Amino acid sequence: MDIRYAIGASLISVIATSSGAASAYVKEGYSNIRIGMFLEIATTIGAIFGAYLAGITPTNIIAIIFGIVLLYSAIITFITRNEKQLNNKNDKVAGALKLNGNYPTKNGLQSYSVQRVPQGFGIMFIAGSLSGLLGIGSGAVKVLAMDQVMKIPFKVSTTTSNFMIGVTAAASAGIYLTRGYIDPGLSLPVILGVLLGSIVGAKILTKAPTYWLKILFSVVIIVLAFEMIRNGFSGKI
Amino acid sequence: MKDLKHSQVEHNIEVAMGNLLRLGVILAASVVFVGGIFYLFKYGNTIPGFEHFSGEPSDLRNLPEIFSNAVSFHSRGIIQFGLILLIATPVARVIFAVAAFIYEKDYMYVVFSLIVLVILLCSLFG
Repeated sequence: MDIRYAIGASLISVIATSSGAASAYVKEGYSNIRIGMFLEIATTIGAIFGAYLAGITPTNIIAIIFGIVLLYSAIITFITRNEKQLNNKNDKVAGALKLNGNYPTKNGLQSYSVQRVPQGFGIMFIAGSLSGLLGIGSGAVKVLAMDQVMKIPFKVSTTTSNFMIGVTAAASAGIYLTRGYIDPGLSLPVILGVLLGSIVGAKILTKAPTYWLKILFSVVIIVLAFEMIRNGFSGKI
Repeated sequence: MKDLKHSQVEHNIEVAMGNLLRLGVILAASVVFVGGIFYLFKYGNTIPGFEHFSGEPSDLRNLPEIFSNAVSFHSRGIIQFGLILLIATPVARVIFAVAAFIYEKDYMYVVFSLIVLVILLCSLFG
């Protein structure tokens, strides 16, 4: 299959997952619309830039970049994420942009202060570009920006990035559609499969052993990543 | 106390937004499903050719032509219309956010949401 058809269909699955999961995520009250909306300025501009790059980049280079991003996603799965952010000093930029917030815990509302906003914004532009270039949600890169750089508590960053992923993918999906990369026959099984999977998955996930799932998932991703990079270098894609 | 009430309003807005999105996805999937039934009747016996990239025909690339294809019950047009509904769900989310920030009189975020909305519309109608 030509990788460009795959990218178009993948964007469709990203939007379906993001929008489909939204109602489950917002009920818990962790997401922060302001952080999401502000960073979406970076991700949507990045997405359009990435979709433009996808049109001029040779497919084997796209495959190699894809492989590297996959390897990175497998690694970041195992980085421990802090629930509590001890670094609570006030950041001027975050304050001016009203990004600080709070979220419910067992002991009442826990407030948090967002750090290093410009750096986070910059990484979000890269996340958006990768999303537009590869047709992925770039969740792993968004986590890097929000958790590691901006020091947002992981419950807030997880739910907020879900919100952003759909909007980012919509920005590149528009360009892919007008360019003819989105095929109805290919998207048909993709969208129906994603919806079925998300219904079944949501029921299983509460009982599943997360640790082994992570390992299984990472092994699959690492194998795919090497395969993709190898095909990229041998020019088979 | 004011803050607590404030965040409660925000939470309600987000829950409404979440439900709106789920509705959008269900609607989009239903349209794709109906189109899919037509599609399988017509193309179910043909082998798809995705190895070579040729791009979609121009009538599946822009909104007006996709819409006219869909209303005349062309299966590929119906599916493509469903996909546009799906792409529209995050756009609806941003429009909803604009309205919510206007309601909260947070004009800085009205501007931010409008910027995102304009970027999205540019990409869709580019």
